[in-house]
Amino acid sequence: MTTESMSIFSPQVAAKFDALVEKYPARRSALVPMLLYAQDEIGYLSDALIAEVAERVGITPLEVRNVATYYSMLRFKPVGKYNVQVCTNISCMLRGGYEIFEHLQDRLGIGHKGVTADGLFSLEEVECIGVCCWAPAIQVNYDFHDDLTNQKVDAVLETYRAKGGITNA
Amino acid sequence: MPKLVSHPDEVKVISKRFGMGAAAIDRYIELGGYESTRKALTQGSEWIINEMKASGLRGRGGAGFPTGLKWSFVPKQSAKPKYVLVNGDESEPGTCKDHLIFLHDPHAIIEGTIIAGLAIGAKMGFIYLRGEYRYLLEIMEKAVADAYAKGFLGKNIFGSETEFQVITQSGAGAYEVGEESALMESLEGKRGVPRIKPPFPAVVGLYGGPTVINNAETIAAVPHILGMGGAAYAALGSERNGGTRLFGISGHVERPGIYELPMGYNLYKMIYEVAGGIRGGRKLKAVVPGGSSTPVLLPEEIVNLGMDFDQVGKAGSMLGSGGVVVIDDQTCIVEFALRTISFYAHESCGWCIPCREGTDWLNKSLTRFHAGFGTMKDIDNIQYLAENMLGRTFCPLGDAAAMPTIGFVKKFRKEFEEHLGGKPCPFAKHLEVALV
Repeated sequence: MTTESMSIFSPQVAAKFDALVEKYPARRSALVPMLLYAQDEIGYLSDALIAEVAERVGITPLEVRNVATYYSMLRFKPVGKYNVQVCTNISCMLRGGYEIFEHLQDRLGIGHKGVTADGLFSLEEVECIGVCCWAPAIQVNYDFHDDLTNQKVDAVLETYRAKGGITNA
Repeated sequence: MPKLVSHPDEVKVISKRFGMGAAAIDRYIELGGYESTRKALTQGSEWIINEMKASGLRGRGGAGFPTGLKWSFVPKQSAKPKYVLVNGDESEPGTCKDHLIFLHDPHAIIEGTIIAGLAIGAKMGFIYLRGEYRYLLEIMEKAVADAYAKGFLGKNIFGSETEFQVITQSGAGAYEVGEESALMESLEGKRGVPRIKPPFPAVVGLYGGPTVINNAETIAAVPHILGMGGAAYAALGSERNGGTRLFGISGHVERPGIYELPMGYNLYKMIYEVAGGIRGGRKLKAVVPGGSSTPVLLPEEIVNLGMDFDQVGKAGSMLGSGGVVVIDDQTCIVEFALRTISFYAHESCGWCIPCREGTDWLNKSLTRFHAGFGTMKDIDNIQYLAENMLGRTFCPLGDAAAMPTIGFVKKFRKEFEEHLGGKPCPFAKHLEVALV
């Protein structure tokens, strides 16, 4: 599968995947990053996504699922436009990670793995994200926000609300 | 953006270009970059390995294996291609040093990768970053593209007859992939389940070829070592522990951050002087010296403790990843133990039963225990279960879960006992959240 018309991905991402499978000594090495990039575009690992990735890499959809279920960033259900991931692991916990998580639950009105009604935000408690010395920290999609307080969290949410086209909720 | 910190006791080797714009290749070259690679290219494999052996550099991922020796294990002749694999799947809780290297000095990683390749006779190197580090992967990808454009990578590196290719790779969220054989599985597009050893990666590794796998910080040290000479680098550290290390101090200190200090630097000083002491003038209760998998140390144990692999090992713990997690006297150790084990229970791949079942039972027991429903027998059972996980799994994840648990129970038994008999946790704060 290399022609754009047959792909569920945008032409840019499809072209990226065409190159990605050629990058390694073995085609299959493209699988894990391809799933992540595919998810970035589609939102989650849909059946159609899995089918196309399987064909591109040259394995069966079942094999793709077998690999995908191992990785915690890969998901099989949609999340919010902005997926707020709160680290509560030890270094963040010691500096208020759980308080940040509770505050976000209050502010967004959702719990772990919840999605707001407008689809703008989802919330997730995650394991260590590698920002321990600047704790407590969250990651919104791929963007890190560190050295947080509840007040700073509110400001962070505001910037995403503004970006998402919705003013103060 | 992660804040950079500084202290007069620091000896900046790996971190000397942090904050200087060295991610841009021209700036990197201006700061003396790629000189070590040129030198390595003319001097050859034997010289590189000898310098690395002389440097006393030991693996910064946590195992502390001598890097020069590791490289020397790779067979000279091989029917299959050889590979270098850089482990930037930084996931051990308390560890964020590679984060800064990728952010501030990506070309040092490329240089180290090329030099490792020259040493073992590989034509290809992989730089694997955890999936969460997307912005760092983009910095790394840009650096690799720039190095290709300058002719530092490719068919004829630096105009020589030598070929070296670098491929960047993204993970997708998995602590266990930090284990070297699981890392290779992941890079081959599979579940990150560990391989049985032997054969070791130096003989049968990636795509079946001999492979050298080094932590990103180890690789970043390589160009500096060749630049100053192995002996000079070794002299910066302590006995059998060459050089410096990026120590990440987190938790209840006034000035958390990544500090580059000589190997063997005193842990008490590190906490009280370098990191400014315990936050809010509180008392120190415990220290996890090298990432969440390393057994906890008590305040009296750190007073004369030099932070190198041998001294910390002698003190009953491990230097690990150099992630020092500082715990004050207002913290519940049972809760800390619970949060540590719940992480390992989440990350266990389920391949080995002692790890899969062990982490799950420890998580359940500690959850119940912290909620006030424990019994005296639970304390012994937790320790017994953890002790029976040790050494019974393919990869070190089982040990990584068991070792800290044993440490917490042994050193804080009294605090476990204080949770008994329906008493609420003396520090009860996150009880409900911890039960979610």
